Amino acid sequence: MSEPWWISIIKAVVIVNIVLGLFAYLTLIERKVMGRMQLRYGPNRAGPYGLLQPIADLVKLVRKEAFAPSSAIELPYILAPIVSAFTAIAAFAFIPWGPGWTVHGWRINGEVANVSIGLIAIFALGSIGIYGFIVGGWASESKYSILGSMRTCAQLVSYEVSLALSVLGVVILGRSLNLPEIVARQGSWLPYAAPEFIGLVVFFFGGIAETSRAPFDLPEAEQELVAGYHTEYSGMRWGLFQMAEYINLITLSGLMVTLFFSGWHGPWDIGPIWFLLKTMAVLFVFIWLRTTLPRLRYDQLMRFGWKVLLPVATVNAVVTAALVVAFG
Amino acid sequence: MSATITPSTTRRWPVVADGQYEGSRIPPRVPTILDVPAELRDSEDVLQVNFGPNHPSTHGVLRLIVDLHGEEVVGVLAVVGYLHTGFEKSMESKTYWKGVTFPERIDYVGYQNNELVYVLAVEQLLELEVPTKAKWMRMLLCELNRIHSHLVFLGTSALELGAISMFWYCFRERETVLDLFELVTGQRMHTRYFQIGGLAEDIPQGFYPECRSFVEWMPRALEDYKGILDRNGIWLERTQGIGVLSADDAIALGQTGPNLRASGVDWDLRRDQPYLHYDQVDFRVPVYPNGDVYDRYRVRMDEMAESTKIVRQCLDKLERMEGMPWIADDRKVVLPPREELHTSMESLIHHFKIVTEGFRVPEGEIYVAIESPRGESGCYLVSDGGPKPWRIHFRAPSFAALEATATCLENTLVADLIAVVGSLDAVMGDTDR
Repeated sequence: MSEPWWISIIKAVVIVNIVLGLFAYLTLIERKVMGRMQLRYGPNRAGPYGLLQPIADLVKLVRKEAFAPSSAIELPYILAPIVSAFTAIAAFAFIPWGPGWTVHGWRINGEVANVSIGLIAIFALGSIGIYGFIVGGWASESKYSILGSMRTCAQLVSYEVSLALSVLGVVILGRSLNLPEIVARQGSWLPYAAPEFIGLVVFFFGGIAETSRAPFDLPEAEQELVAGYHTEYSGMRWGLFQMAEYINLITLSGLMVTLFFSGWHGPWDIGPIWFLLKTMAVLFVFIWLRTTLPRLRYDQLMRFGWKVLLPVATVNAVVTAALVVAFG
Repeated sequence: MSATITPSTTRRWPVVADGQYEGSRIPPRVPTILDVPAELRDSEDVLQVNFGPNHPSTHGVLRLIVDLHGEEVVGVLAVVGYLHTGFEKSMESKTYWKGVTFPERIDYVGYQNNELVYVLAVEQLLELEVPTKAKWMRMLLCELNRIHSHLVFLGTSALELGAISMFWYCFRERETVLDLFELVTGQRMHTRYFQIGGLAEDIPQGFYPECRSFVEWMPRALEDYKGILDRNGIWLERTQGIGVLSADDAIALGQTGPNLRASGVDWDLRRDQPYLHYDQVDFRVPVYPNGDVYDRYRVRMDEMAESTKIVRQCLDKLERMEGMPWIADDRKVVLPPREELHTSMESLIHHFKIVTEGFRVPEGEIYVAIESPRGESGCYLVSDGGPKPWRIHFRAPSFAALEATATCLENTLVADLIAVVGSLDAVMGDTDR
C-alpha cells in the first residue's frame, strides 16, 4: 500500500521544519554545551535560558547587509550558499524516522522519500553540496577563501572515499541500499554497531572530516585562514553556509544512527523519539570532541585519511564480505 | 665578519653549558627575513598573503607577509609598528615618579616586571636602599606576574592550535592571579604598585591566606593542563619538531628567557645576575634541548611550577615581616605619609616639591636588566640631573623573539606558522613600544 501524494507533501513540510528547527537549536545546544565544558554559561540573555537565541541570531543575520567583494564573480558567489543549503536539506528526505504507520486506512511512510538507493542518493547530494563550498570560496576572489576552498576540496574528496567504503559492510549485512530496510533488518537487538564496529569508527572519523568539524575543521580554521571559504560572506548568505554545515552534521548523525544504531528501534515503541534521542547523543559527541581536541595539520590530515582510514575501511569491507559469503 | 647572509644550517659550533661561546664572541648574522627560493621567485604557484594586521591570530597588531607555495611557507617578512605608542618619548616629559605607569603598559602582559626594571634603574641612579620587605614583595608579585603571563601564553597558543577549551581553563587561574593583584594594589592590571623606594602601600592583611590558597591550588591546575595537552597525540604532533631554533641561532638572534632556554642554553638572569633576593630562594631553571614549539611550551609550564615555589618562599618570609617598613625613609624621593601633611610643615613642602616638580636624579646613565616572563627586559636610563629622564630606552625581549620568526619558519606549513609565532610569545606592545 503506497502513500497518497498529499500526505507526502504534508510530511515533507513537517520534516523540513523539524530539521530547520533542529538546526537552529543545535547551534544553541552547541554553544550551551561548549560553554559548560569551558567554565562559562553560554548564551543566556535572549529568553529564558537563552532559548530565543537562535531567533535573535536569525533576525540579526537577515537584517545584516549582504556584503560582497567588488571582485567577486556574481552568479556563483550568490548561488553557492543556496546550493549547499538546498542539498543539505534534501539529503534528509531519505532518513527514516519510523517504520511507517497506518492511520484510518491511510498509509504514512517513516521517511519523506522511499527510494531503493537511499544511501547512494544521500552521498550524491552530499557531493553536490561540496560544490557550494568550493565554488563559493573560489568566486569570492579572496586569498583566504581560495586557501579554504583548496583545503575543502582536498579534504572532502579524500574522506568521501573512506566514508563510502565504511558503510559497505553495513550494506552487505543489510543486503540493501534502502535505508528503512537496513534499519528493519537490524531490529532492536543487533544494531550493526556491534558487528561493524570498525566500520562505525571509520564512518565517525570520515564524518567529522566531511562536515569539517574539529579536529578536522581545517577548511575554516579561524586562526589560520580567518574563516576559510566563507571569509567574504556576510548576513544570511553566510547563514546559509552555516545552515548547510549544521544540517549536514544532523544528516550525518541521523545516517549513523540509521546504519549502525538501528534507527527508530528501542526498548519501547516510540519510533521517532528514539531516532531523535540517538541522533542527539551522536551530536553531543561531535560537540564534545570540538571542545577537547586541537586541530590537525593539513599533511597529518591527508596522511590519516589515505594511509589509515582508507586501508582500514577497505579491509573491513572485504572481511565483512568474505564472512557473509562464508557463513551466509 | 662578512656581511653576506648565510643560511642558518651551515653554522654549527658548540655552545658550552653555561651559555658561553667557544670561539668568536660576536655571532654571525642570521637572516630575520625568509626569502622565497630563487626557483620559486617567478612562479605563479606562490601566493602572497598578508597574515594580519587584521587576522584572528595576530590581533590587529602584527603583520606577516607570507609567501605560500600551496600549504608550504616559503617566505616570511614580519612587519611591526602597528602598536607603536611612543612611551619611551612620553616618559621624557614625565617626572620619574609619574613615569612608573608607562613601562607596565609597554609589556602589558608582564607588567609588574617592566615596572620593576624601571624602578630598579631609577633607584640605582639614586643609590637608594630599598627595605627588604619591599624586595620580597616585589619578587612575589613578579613571580605571580610570570605565572599570569605564561598562563596567557598557554591559553592563547593552545587556542591557536584549535584546543579552544584550554583558553578558559588557563584564564580561570589567571583570574585568581588578577584577583590577588586587585587585593594588594587595587588594580587587576597595570597595578603601579612598585614605587621608587619600595612599595606604594603596605601589604593588606587578607593577602597572605588568599595567596597561599592559590599557591596550593596552582600545582594541581598545572597537572590538569598537562593531562589535557601532554597526553594528546594531536597536540604532540602539532608541536614536536616544529619551528626549531638551534642554540647558535637563538644566541645570534639575541633570544632570551624561555625561548633561549627551550633551545638548550642555560641562562636565567634571576640566577646568573641575581637582583632583589633571588639569590636567597631555591628554584630550578628549566632547560630543554630541542628548541621546538613543544619545548618552548614545556619550559613555560615548568617555570610556572618554579614560580609557584618562589611565591611560597616569599610568603614564608613576608608573613614574618609584619609591621616592617615597606618604603625607604628618604623624604627627598618618597612621598611623606598622608597624615603628616596636616601636622608637619616639612612634610608638606616635600610632598609639594615631589608632586609638582619631582625629585632630581643625579647625572649619569645606567642599564638594568631583569628576567621578565619573556626574557631579558632591560631599562637604559640617562639622567641629566633633572627631575625627568633625559633619555629612556627599554630592551624588549618580544622584539628579539619576533626576529626569530623567519629562522623558525624554515620548512613549515601555514598551520605551523601560527603555532610558531604563538610559541615565541611576543607581546606587541613590548615589541613596538
